[in-house]
Formats: sequence, C-alpha cells, structure tokens
Amino acid sequence: MRHTWTLTVNRMQLAMRNRAFLFFSLIMPLAFLFLGMGIFARFVGPTYVLAPVLALTVMGSFWGLSIQLVTFREQGILRRFRLAPVGAGAMLASSILSNYALTLPTIVLEFALAKWMFHLQSWGNLWGVWILVTLGTVTFAALGLTVASVTNTVQETQIINNLIWTAFLFLSGATVPLPKLPMWIQNVAVFLPPTYLVTGLHRVMVLNATIWDVRAEMLALAGGTLFSFFISQQLFRWEPEEKVTRRAKLWAAATIIPFLLLGSWESAQGQLRRDARAAFDALDRPKPPADQSH
Amino acid sequence: MSTPVLQVENLTKRYGEVEALRGVSFDVQEGEVFGLLGPNGAGKTTTVEILEGLRRPDSGRVSVCGLDPQRNGQELKHEIGAALQATALPEKMRVIEALRLFAKFYKRRRNPEELLKRFGLEEKRNAFYGQLSGGQKQRLALAMALVNDPRVLFFDEPTAGLDPQVRREIYDVIEELRREKKTILLTTHYIEEAERLCDRVAIVDHGKMIALGTPRELKQRSGNTTRIEVRLTKPASESTLKNLDGVTDCRVLDGAYILHCQRPPQAIVSLVKHLEADGNELVSLEISTPSLEDVFIELTGRRLRD
Repeated sequence: MRHTWTLTVNRMQLAMRNRAFLFFSLIMPLAFLFLGMGIFARFVGPTYVLAPVLALTVMGSFWGLSIQLVTFREQGILRRFRLAPVGAGAMLASSILSNYALTLPTIVLEFALAKWMFHLQSWGNLWGVWILVTLGTVTFAALGLTVASVTNTVQETQIINNLIWTAFLFLSGATVPLPKLPMWIQNVAVFLPPTYLVTGLHRVMVLNATIWDVRAEMLALAGGTLFSFFISQQLFRWEPEEKVTRRAKLWAAATIIPFLLLGSWESAQGQLRRDARAAFDALDRPKPPADQSH
Repeated sequence: MSTPVLQVENLTKRYGEVEALRGVSFDVQEGEVFGLLGPNGAGKTTTVEILEGLRRPDSGRVSVCGLDPQRNGQELKHEIGAALQATALPEKMRVIEALRLFAKFYKRRRNPEELLKRFGLEEKRNAFYGQLSGGQKQRLALAMALVNDPRVLFFDEPTAGLDPQVRREIYDVIEELRREKKTILLTTHYIEEAERLCDRVAIVDHGKMIALGTPRELKQRSGNTTRIEVRLTKPASESTLKNLDGVTDCRVLDGAYILHCQRPPQAIVSLVKHLEADGNELVSLEISTPSLEDVFIELTGRRLRD
C-alpha cells in the first residue's frame, strides 16, 4: 500500500509536467464543455449537456493510461521498476489513483464554469455525481490498462483504442442522447460501459435521482472496475519482448463479461432505456425567447 | 572458504532456436569483483538477468545471497542492486526524484543526497532524466543501484557506448565499491575493464564458459609471451613466420599476422630480414604485452569485438 501511494504521488508529478496530459485532461474536456454548451444548451438545457461532458472527461482515462503503460514497457522503464520490490498491483493501482486525482479538478472546474458561465440551474445529486465519476474514472482507466496488457506497441494500442473509443462515443449516448438514437443502436448501447455512466449521470443530475435509484449503473461500473483491474493485473507484462499468449487475449476479452451479462438483462428488462428516456423527457429546456416585436 | 554469495550451476537457457546458455557454472565470493567477459551474444546479459530474477532458466541452479531468484524474488530485491544494460526512466523525472522514489521502495536505504555527491550528479540534481548525457544517465543508473545499500551489485555493460573519460570515471566508482568490499558481478566486452576491475574473470562465448581465473592466471595461459601484430603488403606463409627466431607461435586474424614471441627484439630482427629476402614490406607493426584478448583469440580464433 505504501508503494502504491509513493508511486501515485510520483505519477501525479510526472503527469503535471506532461503537456499532452494537460491538453487531453484539461484543455480538451473544457473545449467539449464550451462546444456542448454553446451549441446544444439552448435546446436541451445546460444540465442535460453537462452530464455527457462529464462522462467524456471521465472516459478520457481509457486513452491516457493505456498509452502510458505501453510506452513505459516499450522504453524499458517498467523493467527498471521490476528490479525494485514493487508489484504489478502497485504499478496499476498507482496509475489509476493518480489519474483519478487529476481528473477530479477538471470535473469541478466544468461544474463551476457550467454554473457561472452557462447558468446551470441545479447541481443535481452531487453525491451521486461524485460516486459515478469515481467509478467511471476507475472503470475506464482499468479498461485501458486491460487493452495495454495485450498490445505490444503504442501504434497497436492507438488502433485498438480508436476502435473501442469510436463505439463508446457514438453508440452509448455520450454524444447523441440515447432516446434519439435508432433502436438497433439502443440495443447495442446496453452492452457498453459508457451507457451506464451517461445514463447514471443524466439521472442524478437531471432527475435528482438518489444513489439507490442508480444502483444498477453503479453496480455495472463497479463490476467492470473489479473485473478489468483483476484481469489487467493477471496479464501485466514488464518486458517488451514477453509474448502475449492466446490465453491472455481470451482473459482480456473476458473483461466484457459483466457488461455482456448486464446488457442481456437490460435487453430483457428495458429499464436502462426507460431511465434514459425519463431523463430526456424531464429536460430543463429553456423557454424560447419572447417575441421582441410585442 | 565461506559460502559463495553467488552460485551458478549448469545454467541453460534457450530462446527459440538459439541456445543462449549451455551449462554455465561459477561461484562468486563475498567482496569479490567478478567479471563476465565475452562478445555480444555470448550469454552474459542472460546470466545476469537470471541472477536478478528477471528471467527464468530452462535448467540449472542459481543462488544469490542464499536465495532462489525465482522463489524468493521479493526478498532478493532488497539484497541486490543492478544497473541494466539500458536503464530507462520517464523523461520528465528529475534526478533527485528518481533516487528518492527508488529509495522509498526498500527497507534499507542510503541517503540520496550522498549518492548524488558520490556520483558527481549534484549539479544535475534537478535536471530531468531526458536532459542528461549518456554518461550522466549511466552514473544515475549506478547511483540507483546503490539506493538500498545492497550486498550484491550487478553491472551489465556499465561503460558500453561511453567516451573514454566517462568510462574512467565509472571505473573509479567501481574501484571505490570494491574497496568497500561490495560483491560485484560485472559484464563487459572491454578487455581493459575486466583486467583493471575484476578479481576473477569468466570468459564466455556462445553460451559457454571457456576460461575462468584471475586476469593474471588467464594471461599466463597464453604463455606470457609478447604479442607482435604485423600487416604486410603481400601474403606470407604462416608456418615460415612461426619458425622465425624468437617466435613461438603465429596466427592469421583479419588479414594481420599475430606473432607470439619470448624474445621480441630477436623476433623483430628475424622478421625484417625475412621480409627483405622475400621482397615483402611492413604496413604496420604493433607490440603489446599479453592481454585477455589474446586468451580469447587463443581459445576461439576470433577477436572479442567480432
């Protein structure tokens, strides 16, 4: 535990000196905020826009950590750590914790800007937001680390990340509201982790849902976190020349099992889609501007 | 004699079709500087990495400080320090941060500030790793190997690719560690490094240990003869050169004739007379005392750098 904390502090220091990290963790999420609020807030209200903006910020963890782990392995940095009495668990947990600690200020900043610049009417259930943001950040970081455990080069990681990221972005309600997506996409969406994050955030922010109300979303994310972390720890490779076995690839593919099970259950129940619809129907849509001619 | 700190018995390791180690065995005593000398691909790094616990041997037995690197890996890490052939750290990590960070992982630790001073890195204290020169990076790697005040140190090619001045600085550091009675296993393909720093040297080639002893013992094996390396304008008969007065042996290596002589002045005179009579001329002539390179050439018929 002591090593995890030591590494977490060190990783935070390193991240703060990395321009790419600052761009992807601060500048880009804020750009999403301004873009989303500027274009869509007038139609659906700032609260409904802020939820997917927060979700996108949280989902960014998927990219950063996988690339960093593969880079460290390719450059032989992990090898140097391997000589010290540090385990794979400490290496992975520290990257997840440091990423979480650095994501939170951006989330707070987005909330603050939404309130003061875009006239956010309600914070929603802040405890719920905090728990979902926490679980989401950890889940997407752990998913990224699982990808990194089966890829050998940064280039390969980028290709796989892009494929998964595209599905996450456009099939989950993170960019277009889930109720507005075609039915076949809605059927696919229930199998994807971001759908649970976005729907959960919409519900706690727009509908002021309680933590108990969003227990299914929280359980989905918590299950994903535990499964992904366990698998990435089992498949952790220190050496660039260590080959990825077929068994390892199957283990990595097993990361989707919790979402597969939950997705099947959701497909039968339809609860998630009903919840997404309820949040959409309860929008704090601003009233159209009064006719100036009268 | 006390129990050796390092024990290696009949070690084998294969990478696909390549046999990296073919039954390597040796012991290293406490406080000894032991060198593995051999060309690239000889199996030196594989041996060291097995001892560090980074690789698993196919067969054979290894003990470091009485511990099995595979079974007692975590325990062993507190007893050893290592500078890898290519140490890498994040570009934006400061020198002092690297030392402090790694020191925190160990039960026993040295003061990072003292290590900075010892390795001449005080001025680079707050520099990023990415801003250091090759020599500075290597000095930091050696300093990091000492953060836990280890019993055994592994230095894998510690001076490879460094300029002669930096190399000499690193030699001074290793000699200082030797005076402190640290046990050191060093791999190198530099003859002078092995001769200057090591109490005993194992010469390895193609995964096998082909000679073992003190540098002096090994050099005596080559007959304690002076070595004259000549290059000629025209090819000469090896057997004729071997029979010249004062010459005990002759080999051809990379187009040069290596003459081993008990009496160098007499050998040179007879060589010059022979060349005049044969209408041949000297292009170059180098005289050297026997070195470990001669031992290697004698045993393998090749130079170390080949």
